[in-house]
Amino acid sequence: MSTAATVGDLVSQPYKYGFVTDIQTEKIAKGLSEDVVRLISAKKDEPSFLLDFRLKAYQQWLKLEEPDWAALGHPKIDYQEIIYYAAPKQKDKKASLDEVDPKLLETFEKLGIPLSEQKRLSNVAVDAVFDSVSIATTYKEKLAEHGVIFCSISEAVKEHADLVERYLGTVVPTNDNYFAALNSAVFSDGSFVFIPKGVECPMELSTYFRINSADTGQFERTLIVAEEGASVSYLEGCTAPMFDTNQLHAAVVELVTLDDASIKYSTVQNWYAGDENGVGGIYNFVTKRGQCRGARSKISWTQVETGSAITWKYPSCVLQGADSVGEFYSVALTNHRQQADTGTKMIHLGPRTRSTIVSKGISAGYSSNSYRGLVQMGTKAIGAKNYSQCDSMLIGDQAAANTYPYIRSQQPDAAVEHEASTCRISADQLFYLQSRGIGFEEAVSMMVSGFCRDVFNQLPMEFAAEADKLLALKLEGSVG
Amino acid sequence: MIRPDAPVLLEISDLCARVEDQPILKGVNLTIRAGEIHAVMGRNGSGKSTLSKVLAGHPAYTVTAGSVLYRGENLLELAPEQRARTGLFLGFQYPVEIAGVNNLEFLRVATNARRTEQGLDELDTFAFEDLVRERLGVVQMDPAFLERGLNEGFSGGEKKRNEILQMALLEPLVAILDETDSGLDIDALRIVAGGVNQLAGPDNATLLVTHYQRLLDLITPDYVHVMAAGRILRTGGKDLALELERDGYDWVDQELARLGAEPAEVG
Repeated sequence: MSTAATVGDLVSQPYKYGFVTDIQTEKIAKGLSEDVVRLISAKKDEPSFLLDFRLKAYQQWLKLEEPDWAALGHPKIDYQEIIYYAAPKQKDKKASLDEVDPKLLETFEKLGIPLSEQKRLSNVAVDAVFDSVSIATTYKEKLAEHGVIFCSISEAVKEHADLVERYLGTVVPTNDNYFAALNSAVFSDGSFVFIPKGVECPMELSTYFRINSADTGQFERTLIVAEEGASVSYLEGCTAPMFDTNQLHAAVVELVTLDDASIKYSTVQNWYAGDENGVGGIYNFVTKRGQCRGARSKISWTQVETGSAITWKYPSCVLQGADSVGEFYSVALTNHRQQADTGTKMIHLGPRTRSTIVSKGISAGYSSNSYRGLVQMGTKAIGAKNYSQCDSMLIGDQAAANTYPYIRSQQPDAAVEHEASTCRISADQLFYLQSRGIGFEEAVSMMVSGFCRDVFNQLPMEFAAEADKLLALKLEGSVG
Repeated sequence: MIRPDAPVLLEISDLCARVEDQPILKGVNLTIRAGEIHAVMGRNGSGKSTLSKVLAGHPAYTVTAGSVLYRGENLLELAPEQRARTGLFLGFQYPVEIAGVNNLEFLRVATNARRTEQGLDELDTFAFEDLVRERLGVVQMDPAFLERGLNEGFSGGEKKRNEILQMALLEPLVAILDETDSGLDIDALRIVAGGVNQLAGPDNATLLVTHYQRLLDLITPDYVHVMAAGRILRTGGKDLALELERDGYDWVDQELARLGAEPAEVG
């Protein structure tokens, strides 16, 4: 009859993606050196511009220091204990999916991402990345008919070297920060998307990242370019097995929009978060940035962050083109001992640029959840506008929520508006819903999805319901 | 409407309950049959609001002794949501605001939880919208409130109307209305009372928990109970409420003092 215990049980649902695929893997020795960087590049048979890019990044990384300003705490990472390249052993070249190891296909099927012709998600093209390499990309031919390029970044380096060389590292320079430099030196795979002038991408694009090995870091690199008047909606999903050690994930994502182009980038991040005592889980140090180069262009980030032991991530927009628009919609949920320090940077350079930030943080258990955001108005950002709204929800009385908004304005004729709120799911609210016949778990999930609605509304239809379910699952057992 | 042969819906026997270490209910006895309207009156702190929360299953209250049979079954074993699904309704004195939860969606989920328990089909959004628009009439509520967050920014009167709207949708067997009249102006009170009267029927029962006579001018109770110090001191017909209005509660203190000597005789 007592319901007090149940909220705790509710949040502690087992992680259902925690399995390991038993597959032969080719790994290089652990540790990082210039030789390792050269070896990765050689393994991928890369052109010299890319090797130079990597070596320069490696040299810069050596001089950089791991940032310590975030509200995060973790034991020192030993970068020489990490394996920087791991790939499932496969037949030389997979001409078609039939040649992909069935174990890999099975893995993705288990994750809810069927890759085979018959079972593919309709109207969503998927690039599946397993440890360090891309396994398969669906609907490539269909997309090619529209001039859309969607492939692994390794393939793009070979097939579309000019495009990669033109854009890679132009949004996130190799020395941008410690983790971006590391990624630039050792990135193994990721996705490449190119939408030519005037093309509206006919389907949702999606990349699914899977870490499988226990001692491997994952360093993927994603580059999306939308030319004049082009538009695309892209979604990434991530999971990893349960290990009692921590794995490092340091990705870089770069987006470029030219005049009147738009990119909508959505993330549902569900890396393994560690157990309830904080043992294991992914360290997620990610640099994501978009550059609205063209006038009237738009970049919109939507993220649902529920996994990882540590999340350090600030998807940002550089609003360079006049009248360009940046958006950031975020739900970050932390439970048990998870720590998240996440937010965005909106850098207004062009006149009349506009940005919107909506951040919803939910902290349960003993977790810590911080929003950190910068809104900057440059000298030429005449008539620019920003609106920020940061809401925190606390579940239980041991969790922490923080908001760190930074506002820098060099332009008097620019408007910045910031609103923040904190709420708690109260026992009286739960009882009210229960007294109307709504079960405890459903009551919690109703309140949480109500809290997140503004963000979920931004997700592509197919994934909004997923995100809702994922949150409910993550919260099982957390209120009480 | 009193019918001695009507089925007993709620039978409360020697009910004792505490909140934290504080005993509040100290032996409540009350039998409610189908078709009856009961009013529980008493001063602040007499335990009348606690009684309604205990019946609905609020987790802050612990039952320490006694029993409650609801349709012959042990009510106290049921989770709050199960009590609601089987037709027990509590209209709150202070309905909470739940931002972000859409009122219409909430009403639909609640209604369907009740319907499922009754073996009825769940209503889809379209069918439910028809139903809710019809029931809005019971409390003359503006449909605009359906699109708002649950009780979010509602005035006191609007919250109470929303409570009665929920009652109209859930069609409870036993409706407990905790100080539904508090904070209402006379027009709102008329509307709310009119709603309760419309919903009262031969198969259900209503338990009004109230401080004042003015609600009972609009809803005529079959029984009036006076509560004090955690038990029911006196039971009478509707005239008892008028008597209280005229004479106040001073006699209660004397009665309590007398009972202090012989506390067993309470009914």
